[in-house]
Amino acid sequence: MIAELGLAALWLAAGLCVLQFVSGAIGVGGGADSAVGALARPAAIVQSLLLVISFACLLRVFAVTDFSVALVAANSNPDKPLIYRISGAWGNHEGSMLLWVTILGLCSALVALFEKRMDDRFMKAALAAQGFVALGFFGFLLLSSNPFARLDPPAEIGAGLNPLLQDIGLAMHPPTLYLGYVGLSVAFSFVVAALITRQAGPELARVMRPWVLAAWVALTLGIAAGSYWAYYELGWGGWWFWDPVENASLMPWLAATALLHSVSVLAARDALRTWTILLGVVAFSMSMVGTFLVRSGILTSVHAFAVDPERGAFILVLLTIYIGGAFALFALRAGSLAEGKRFAMVSREGALVVNNVMLSAILAVVLLGTLYPLLAEAFGTRVSIGPPYYNPVTAIFAVPMFLVLLIGPLLRWKRDSLSRVAVPLAIVCAILAGSVSVLVLFTGAGVLATIGLALAAALALASWLPLRGRQLRRVPLALWGSMLAHFGLAVSLCGMASESAFSVERLVAVRTGDQVEIGPFLARLESVEPVAGPNWTALEGKIAVTGNGVDTLLRPQARYFTQPFQGTSEAALLTLWNGQLYGILGEAAGDGRWQLRLWWKPFVTLIWYGGILIALGGVLSIFGHLRSSVRRRKIREEFARRRAERDAA
Amino acid sequence: MSVLAPKHQRLVLVLVALLVLIAAGMLAAWGLRSQADYFYLPEDIAERPPEPGRAIRLGGVVEPGTLRQLPDGVTIAFMVEGRHGDTIPVRYQGIVPDLFVEGSGVIANGRLTQDGTFQAETLLAKHDENYTPRELEGLTDDAARRTLEESTAGTT
Repeated sequence: MIAELGLAALWLAAGLCVLQFVSGAIGVGGGADSAVGALARPAAIVQSLLLVISFACLLRVFAVTDFSVALVAANSNPDKPLIYRISGAWGNHEGSMLLWVTILGLCSALVALFEKRMDDRFMKAALAAQGFVALGFFGFLLLSSNPFARLDPPAEIGAGLNPLLQDIGLAMHPPTLYLGYVGLSVAFSFVVAALITRQAGPELARVMRPWVLAAWVALTLGIAAGSYWAYYELGWGGWWFWDPVENASLMPWLAATALLHSVSVLAARDALRTWTILLGVVAFSMSMVGTFLVRSGILTSVHAFAVDPERGAFILVLLTIYIGGAFALFALRAGSLAEGKRFAMVSREGALVVNNVMLSAILAVVLLGTLYPLLAEAFGTRVSIGPPYYNPVTAIFAVPMFLVLLIGPLLRWKRDSLSRVAVPLAIVCAILAGSVSVLVLFTGAGVLATIGLALAAALALASWLPLRGRQLRRVPLALWGSMLAHFGLAVSLCGMASESAFSVERLVAVRTGDQVEIGPFLARLESVEPVAGPNWTALEGKIAVTGNGVDTLLRPQARYFTQPFQGTSEAALLTLWNGQLYGILGEAAGDGRWQLRLWWKPFVTLIWYGGILIALGGVLSIFGHLRSSVRRRKIREEFARRRAERDAA
Repeated sequence: MSVLAPKHQRLVLVLVALLVLIAAGMLAAWGLRSQADYFYLPEDIAERPPEPGRAIRLGGVVEPGTLRQLPDGVTIAFMVEGRHGDTIPVRYQGIVPDLFVEGSGVIANGRLTQDGTFQAETLLAKHDENYTPRELEGLTDDAARRTLEESTAGTT
């Protein structure tokens, strides 16, 4: 019954989505006052409620493990803890697509409810575009991946969830990433509306900015969470593998980062109009490409739930329609957009242009590297593209970008001179030169790690330099946000470089009681004992770690799941302020010895703390911009009221 | 620097952006070209061996009966077999992936040493029973078929 209710709600929502699109389109065509033309906003709001109901139904069938639903039978098992039974609802293709559409619906409703800054025609166009995007996904969901399909007769036992995915990281990782992907779709709808109604001024940028920022915050958190998940769950001790699936989330992030910087130029200075519009299209394209790569089964990974060519083709068709359509619209209308304001090369705009161009270049490098193996395969050769390609080629563009970032936020809008910022420039250069020489003289850090650490050190200071000469109490919230985000970038960069330069690794076969030296610590294998969990059994090693003021136990496990039958390695992590000790229990090495793999990774946690700071900076910026936009509206209203009073008098 | 006329400024910006993007594209193309033979099957190594010490990726099937652990307890050695029966000896120090068994497909990142042994730095095996590394699709079937052909050849 619950499943039927969910399906019915989904169909109704799809109907309302059609209404939203048609009504929006009529509204744009000038029929905003007609009966249908006025329905776009209510349709979006009711649609989102129906989607929430539908998604709640899916959660319900997963929570009670209703094996008469095909999706549950294929992906769940009553032995799992409740949290993983529920998160299993989106740990599969159909459920995750329903989540996609639900989040999209909620975003449309938010736009419909609260966005009052643009005129009615613009909003109609945006809602129509939003409806059009959603419609494709409704079609996809209802025609080729119905999550509520029944199984007759019901299954006796479920297939379970891949144990690698039974993890709290999974519970949060897809919803956050989807929030990012979908948030970019809102920016896309605004951009399309801007093209249709030919309104591409600062007002558009102010309306887009909270959405771009929110999407970007979500993507940042999603990527950080995914990276940490891969780090501790896969047990390889690495945190980024340039896996195509990782790239699929990195590419929208790069585009969104470029977009939010160009949006700020458009909002503040009314420059970079066409470029911002183009980036809006590109950012959403990257979300779609990401969804396509991950969901179509064209790549093999833990994310490719079902390899089904029909689904891949469906998403490819959607991708072509949306992206092709948007680019065609762009080509038609871009020429007729009014010219933006001009600026000198040495100015805040100039620095942000460097940021945008470099980010686009990195995006191009990552995109080509991700697609190349697929293209090559179409011609019959199999290649793998890995870190030897990505690391140096992206660094070529990332390093100049970071150098400009050191000084860019200090420059004035429109035109400035380097001599005005000579003092901070000198300080920053001194830090760079100092850290490079210390690193080269006293450590064996590699080239990229040295550059990374030096840039991180300089940026950690430079990110706060915009405070110079300002009264602390009068610094706008949005500026705090951007400084915090840039500081977070420095923190993250420091973690990455430090991990790659100073990690220590030990791989040994030891008997219980044997000692191993790892970095500043001594590790002694105390025992290896069997333990059991709710749906697994495991061998647990107890490793006593002493030294450097630490005296504790690490308990890595080798787990064996029964449903589905599979083993995983649970790493044990000891987190200290200055790094992490990472331990893995391997196999019995014969004659009573056990394999142990230990890493000491100095400051590795900074990678993810930095990510959190970056996201926090984004959140501060959102609040800052919303507050100033509310303030602007109040002033405008007050002004209008006074004028009305004066006219009446 | 003088402030250019708007039309010119747009032109300059577009040109700069295009230039950087083209540079990115060319760098990427160059990088990809030099990485194109990053992936090797054992027969590729037999045909045109990469210079020792270069980071490459080796794919194939773990030949049954060749997997053994060396006395240090942490090094394993095995042969990786390709499509035409070429084999490459591989050594790996580390904890093997959970589903790494003889006869399964494997991808190893590492380098060829002077003596022709492949020193693996990471081993990628299957994540779960449905996972085959993309590069190995079809290969395991080939190997299975050949094994089958050989065994039938033996019985007749």
